[in-house]
Amino acid sequence: MNIIIVGCGKVGHTLVQQLGGENHDIVVVDLNPDRVHSITDELDAQGIIGNGVSYQTLKEAGVENADLLIAVTASDEQNLLCCCIARQAGHCKTIARVRNPLYNEEISFLRDKLGLDMVINPELLTANEIARLFQFPSAVKIDTFSKGRIELIHFRVTKECALCGMELMNLKNTLGFNVLIPLVTRGEDVIIPRGNFVFEENDVASVVTTSRTASMFFRKIGFTSGRTRTAMLVGGGTISYYLAKRLLAAGINTKIVEIDEKVCTELSEKLPGATIIKGDGTDEKLLLQEGLESADGFVALTGLDEENILLSLLARRLGSPKAVSKINRINFNSLLSDIKLDTAIFPRLLTADVIIKYARSMNDSLGSNVENLYRLEDGKAEALEFYVKEASDVTDTPIAKLKLKNDINICSITRDDKIIFPTGSDEIKVGDYVVIVVKHQGMNDISDILQ
Amino acid sequence: MNFIMVTYIIGWILQIESAFLLLPAIVGFFYGEADKSLVYIITALGSFLVGFLIKLKKPKTHDLYTREGFATVAIGWIAMSAVGAVPFRATGEIPHYIDALFETVSGFTTTGGSILNDVEALSHATLFWRSFTHWIGGMGVFVFIMAIFPIMGGYSINLMRAESTGPSVGKLVPRVQNTAKILYAIYMGLTIVGCIVYMICGMSFFEAITTIFGTVGTGGYGILNTSITTYSPAVQWAITIFMILSGINYSVYFCLLRRQFKEAFSISEVKWYIGIILVSTAIIAFNIRELYSGAGESIRQAAFQVGSIITTTGFSTTDFDLWPSLSKTILVILMFCGACSGSTGGGMKISRWLIMGKTIFKELSTIIHPRQVKKIHMDGHVVEHETVRATNVYLASYFFIMLLSVLLISLDNFDFTTNFTGVVAMINNIGPGIGLVGPTGNYSIFSNFSKIVLIFDMLAGRLEIFPMLIILKPACWKKY
Repeated sequence: MNIIIVGCGKVGHTLVQQLGGENHDIVVVDLNPDRVHSITDELDAQGIIGNGVSYQTLKEAGVENADLLIAVTASDEQNLLCCCIARQAGHCKTIARVRNPLYNEEISFLRDKLGLDMVINPELLTANEIARLFQFPSAVKIDTFSKGRIELIHFRVTKECALCGMELMNLKNTLGFNVLIPLVTRGEDVIIPRGNFVFEENDVASVVTTSRTASMFFRKIGFTSGRTRTAMLVGGGTISYYLAKRLLAAGINTKIVEIDEKVCTELSEKLPGATIIKGDGTDEKLLLQEGLESADGFVALTGLDEENILLSLLARRLGSPKAVSKINRINFNSLLSDIKLDTAIFPRLLTADVIIKYARSMNDSLGSNVENLYRLEDGKAEALEFYVKEASDVTDTPIAKLKLKNDINICSITRDDKIIFPTGSDEIKVGDYVVIVVKHQGMNDISDILQ
Repeated sequence: MNFIMVTYIIGWILQIESAFLLLPAIVGFFYGEADKSLVYIITALGSFLVGFLIKLKKPKTHDLYTREGFATVAIGWIAMSAVGAVPFRATGEIPHYIDALFETVSGFTTTGGSILNDVEALSHATLFWRSFTHWIGGMGVFVFIMAIFPIMGGYSINLMRAESTGPSVGKLVPRVQNTAKILYAIYMGLTIVGCIVYMICGMSFFEAITTIFGTVGTGGYGILNTSITTYSPAVQWAITIFMILSGINYSVYFCLLRRQFKEAFSISEVKWYIGIILVSTAIIAFNIRELYSGAGESIRQAAFQVGSIITTTGFSTTDFDLWPSLSKTILVILMFCGACSGSTGGGMKISRWLIMGKTIFKELSTIIHPRQVKKIHMDGHVVEHETVRATNVYLASYFFIMLLSVLLISLDNFDFTTNFTGVVAMINNIGPGIGLVGPTGNYSIFSNFSKIVLIFDMLAGRLEIFPMLIILKPACWKKY
């Protein structure tokens, strides 16, 4: 596909990195030459220096033959306008990033009237992701499939946990019911475990369950932490606002610490149910005074990545069972896992995942659609959900008889509202939603799982 | 420095070259020179094996930053030349390895300056290989690899930058691999069309294919001692036209293929290029009118020599050393001028001169209005300060290397014209100079030391200096 990306910031860069690896022709547009060069020097994309709103610039970038335009500049208005113009100038699909909560409330109107194909709001995505984590405090990360009915929950194996030292094939006997563990991360390695795999402390295991069995699973393996009742948020930005709104709606007592008085006032106007504290979030005394020790959840959402990391470390030491830090810029993944700061949220990657999912599902010619896509462990593995549209080599054959590629796990099949955790005798049928976990990248079609 | 990645790519280069080496072997069998063919096949096998061994160690990361890119290209070209010279020596047709290396480097860099006194004594296989090196070097072997094997992802732009010509190397289409494919497709197209035209004009297939290799690569190796002199006027005109076509920026052809005619004909560099050719031809034709029998012949001679020098090809149809001083001086100036950027031609490139010229006007304008803010424009775009700076530095280092080379080869005690034009012809990848290295002379007169200096100049000229300089800097080789 020909893809134009307007805006060469953090998300733009991540997108080029990911989409470029999937055989797309990419042109990036930005006003700032340094930013354009930082992409074209490193990645295989063509750079155009200019304003993405200008028709002339877009023409130069080849909008007439483009299949997809993604507007991710810093300004919402510019993104919207850019998509409108691209829409008129060519026949491409358009994706705009819009972050302002004001626009977000009327987003469906904007999307329909301006003819956009997709609007993404990184802050909202991030807030939703964090809110979901609060439902399962033991989880490091939760990816959902089939409209939330199937969850891929990543959690860290601790010493107290029953899994530690257990062989995978004994798991079913211990639990009394079957769950699938398609992926384990050990240090920097990503492993697709077989039956004789033994869990060790500090492994991050991923489990596929339905929402109902998930809590049972975690109880059985010895994670006792219950429901989140109180949450403390440091930093009062847009993510805080979205997150607090969701937490409050779920009946969680939410406290926001913010240094700027104006922001505090605004938040208290918009979120009558929340407790807003005006103060410095890096002040340990203040946090203790406000009950950090007894908070079930802690989220560091300040503008500084370093500060967020330190705050989460502090919260964890003081006993907060769930500490989440938002990381915008820093990309030292190995380091983060060294200090066991598991729950780091990267808005930039969340945004890129959603867009890449969209780009892959644009391949209409294939016999299946990518419904969901999550990149795991810095892109070393992927979890995908396919909708099987038509019959192919994969369908109507028992899974045991398919010649699958190495390092692939078929996790679940959803058929007519029934969820199947497949064994060798199950078959994939037309109309199924199939979730797979793979160590390969760039799968577009369900038949890509075959050798 | 990611050494393993660098050697890995060098391994690729050697394997690609071994494939290229099989072509002269086939030619040899066709003309009943089985002994020569055997030499080419053995060299090919050896090159393949060495490449294979080098490639056994796979790089952990495919990171290839600017310095690796530059160093890889420079070392790759040296390695390629060292291997390419082996058959010349092994067939015994060039008795000394340094001479063979000179001949190969001159071929790959599309210089076309020879050390051979009697070209016609060579076997067909060797003649073919000699001309074929022009074709390989013209567009570049790294670009060739990129077109076929996407081994380096986005970083390959660093290799392309180091190997392609011109002040700012861009891509025609978003992906490097597709850009490389398009470039080679155009290159191939020009070669095939040219070969057919030459044959229609009366050349044999062997003559046509070797000559077109020298033409589109802007090389200049002929297969006769007299270069192009003895061919018919029709052939000479055909060669003139194809030389000039090969010196044009390839993005023009790309625009033409995409039917963007307005864009194709509005590139100022190409307009200047055509203009310079027309004006120089007119002046020289007038200047030399008494030496030739009619206006037609003097125009043909003038056009051929102008085309040959400005595109840095180096074919000749007459001994221009006998021309009046004005004509000779124009030719020497054209040697510096060079072809368009983004072509297979060498030299300074017209776009660099345009940028330099505009910088001078900007400087003058700043003297009159000291507080003026002024950007240099070209083809409707602002020329970035980085590009202007790079051009200035390029020009400075270019003259620095040139003068140093003139100094070094003056040890051989030839006259100044020979030394000076010899170095100019080498560093600009032209071939013949004036004086003892003129169209009738050759470079065998120089000592081995001078030949090594000239080999360096040719490589520096073809790779646009910095790749060759960077490998001389110790810091380039440090890990940290």
